[in-house]
Amino acid sequence: MLNHLPILQVIVPLLAAPICLFLQKPKIVWLFACVATALTFLISVLLLQQVNVSGTLVYELGGWEAPWGIEYRIDDLNALLLLIISSISAVVMWAGHISLSKELNADRHLYFYVLYLLSLAGMLGIVATGDAFNVFVFLEVSSLSAYALIALGRDRRALWASYKYLIMGTIGATFILIGIGLMYQMTGTLNMHDLATRLPEVSQTRTVFVSFAFIVVGVCLKLALFPLHLWLPNAYAFAPSLVTALLAATSTKVAIYLLIRFTFSIYGLSFSFTTLPLNVLFLVLGVLGVFVASVAAIYKRNTKRLFAYSSVAQVGYMIIGFSVGTAAGLSASLIHIFNHALMKGAIFLALGAVVYRVGSVNLSQINGLGREMPYTMAAIVIGGLSLIGVPLTVGFISKWYLIVALLENGWWPVALLVLLGSLLAVIYVWKVVESAYFKPADSDREPVKEAPLGFLIPVWVLVIANVYFGLDTRLSVGVAQAAAAGLFGVTP
Amino acid sequence: MVGVVVAIVWMKDLFSVVMLLGIYGLLTASFFVAMDAVDVAFTEASVGAGISTLLLLVAVAKTKRKEHPVRHKPYIALLVVIVTGALLIYGTFDMPRFGVADAPGHTHVAQRYIQDSYEEIGIPNIVTSVLASYRGFDTFGEVVVIFTAGIAVLALLSVVGGVSGVRRQSFYEQHSMYEQHKVLRIVSKILIPFILMFALYVQFHGEYSPGGGFQAGVIFAAGLILFAMLFGLSTAQRFIKIAWLQLMAALGVLIYGAVGVVSFLNGGSFLDYSVLLENPVAGQHVGIILIELGVGLTVASVITLIFFTFANRKEQYQIVDSTGE
Repeated sequence: MLNHLPILQVIVPLLAAPICLFLQKPKIVWLFACVATALTFLISVLLLQQVNVSGTLVYELGGWEAPWGIEYRIDDLNALLLLIISSISAVVMWAGHISLSKELNADRHLYFYVLYLLSLAGMLGIVATGDAFNVFVFLEVSSLSAYALIALGRDRRALWASYKYLIMGTIGATFILIGIGLMYQMTGTLNMHDLATRLPEVSQTRTVFVSFAFIVVGVCLKLALFPLHLWLPNAYAFAPSLVTALLAATSTKVAIYLLIRFTFSIYGLSFSFTTLPLNVLFLVLGVLGVFVASVAAIYKRNTKRLFAYSSVAQVGYMIIGFSVGTAAGLSASLIHIFNHALMKGAIFLALGAVVYRVGSVNLSQINGLGREMPYTMAAIVIGGLSLIGVPLTVGFISKWYLIVALLENGWWPVALLVLLGSLLAVIYVWKVVESAYFKPADSDREPVKEAPLGFLIPVWVLVIANVYFGLDTRLSVGVAQAAAAGLFGVTP
Repeated sequence: MVGVVVAIVWMKDLFSVVMLLGIYGLLTASFFVAMDAVDVAFTEASVGAGISTLLLLVAVAKTKRKEHPVRHKPYIALLVVIVTGALLIYGTFDMPRFGVADAPGHTHVAQRYIQDSYEEIGIPNIVTSVLASYRGFDTFGEVVVIFTAGIAVLALLSVVGGVSGVRRQSFYEQHSMYEQHKVLRIVSKILIPFILMFALYVQFHGEYSPGGGFQAGVIFAAGLILFAMLFGLSTAQRFIKIAWLQLMAALGVLIYGAVGVVSFLNGGSFLDYSVLLENPVAGQHVGIILIELGVGLTVASVITLIFFTFANRKEQYQIVDSTGE
């Protein structure tokens, strides 16, 4: 069974989704989905272990060897991403039944779980595959289910947010498809590994240049890189809390994975960074993203929107690390991908607990919640400290490696800007802390109790992970550095 | 084709726009035939010109026929479109010329598909071999995409509680061709069995001629939708229940997945049909028939499902309107 792990990673949630429809009862479906996501998480742990022991795993689907068939190719990078996605989705799912009972009509619960599993399977499929067209197929699965999940939000504005995301996301996916099609035309293959060996021959043609441009723009739409981020804040703000927690922690990470995969493994470093001034472009957009989005976050009154803008800013940090173009920079990006998933997973899930009790996440409604829901608000505070980059949290590790990478490259002005960006994070996190602890509760809000234990446990699992991986960095830093070294080793 | 596209953009009457889109689909299909891509043409004809036109018509019937006047001028969008178009044209300059035999698309991977697929898989239609076996996992993914679409529509639009209880004339029976158009009804009554038969033929003959599960599913669904349109939604839903359709859609995905799981339990890898039977080629054949069945089942149920969910929605509103709630 162990040699089937790569495919099991994807088909366990994928086949669990249609099975849910046969189970019907929401509570049973939820338990089943919990088991399925837990199993998926277990598989990703085993996979990471196997990759550590025996190096890159290759799995030929249908028994046809690549490039004729489709292959799954799992190296350190894929394994790390698979672990992030499956762990967050498993933890978020625990809170599913409780959170949905307040946020969704009972007759929609079944569909919610099906779509959740499909979205998860789609993201895992994108990451696991070694075939460029297969990426597009699973991109469709994950995006389509994500649009529907966002539209399930209680607020009617969720529909509009989801529609906007649908348009932007579809343009992104179409661009990626056009890029893949043009690559196929020039090389006659869709397999990533094969593409990497055949592209250099034709890399001077205009067709390959255009294919690269389409793929980069398409992926950047998906990863909400400033100025293509406009769909993200509303989508995150109006989606059901669980969906926000899942998407904020995973979906932009998948897009960044694609960016890394296409630029490093397929087109190759020399093409992406030397033929084109991609690193300068990304550096500028990354820094702008950090500042514009952080400042925007400061002025938001809805905390979900506030943290959504902060997500755009955090994407900026990942892109800055990417644009350095060294192994240290890339591993800083990967470390931040891992750590940011933990921070935002914890924060948005805790906000879900606030929605469960209070029904709204406006700053005015949060006033005084520090006393009424101490554990939930403490979770948000620790998540916020982690966002800022305070020592003992994962955020500190991210910032540390990013700044070291920037200084190694002699980019000290950029390092300074990164520190300034963190100061902006202090301001917007402080606004939440101030409301929760230093303002009296609004008189028109009923006093509330602490969130139920079934909600607090998953929140605190993520919070503890935030602190644990801030102290013990063997897993995150080790795998990220191995992955970065692998990417730089493969490409000459 | 250019003329049709320009007309689509200019037209304000959505009904004509939908009709023109149908024509556009048909023209695209003819292009594909001219390029010798019969399977693709078949899909485009049934999906682009057929079923999507139908679904759009239902959407127009449910909403309004006229486009809203647009106040702002979308210059930025125009700029994006122009840049994209220019980039695409720029990209074509270095492409291999159309139909050249030594283009990379023909010489690398495709070579083996053309030369060896008959020996390895044992069916004459190369397109089916590639879709169902060499790249079977992509097709599995596509089926899941369709399944996702069906579930997404249900999650967002399904009518709470169902229409049961109140026996009443449906929207279609009042407004559509139910009472008038006797000719249409009689002609379709004769045609529908043949449409369904043709769908089954396309389904099971996909290995030998153009066609397969996708097209068959679409044609089958078109037959059912035609019936529902002419004889009323409630008549159709008396024997085709949405609850059943959603289980059938799930079953289709599960059949496809189960074939994959069985093949790795038999010692191959996921979707390796060769290990299904003693003889690898026969195993491939059985595998392809089974997965095409799964594809057809999911596609037909999802499309019918989407149509029913769209159509039901208006009926629910009408009930609400008439009782004054």
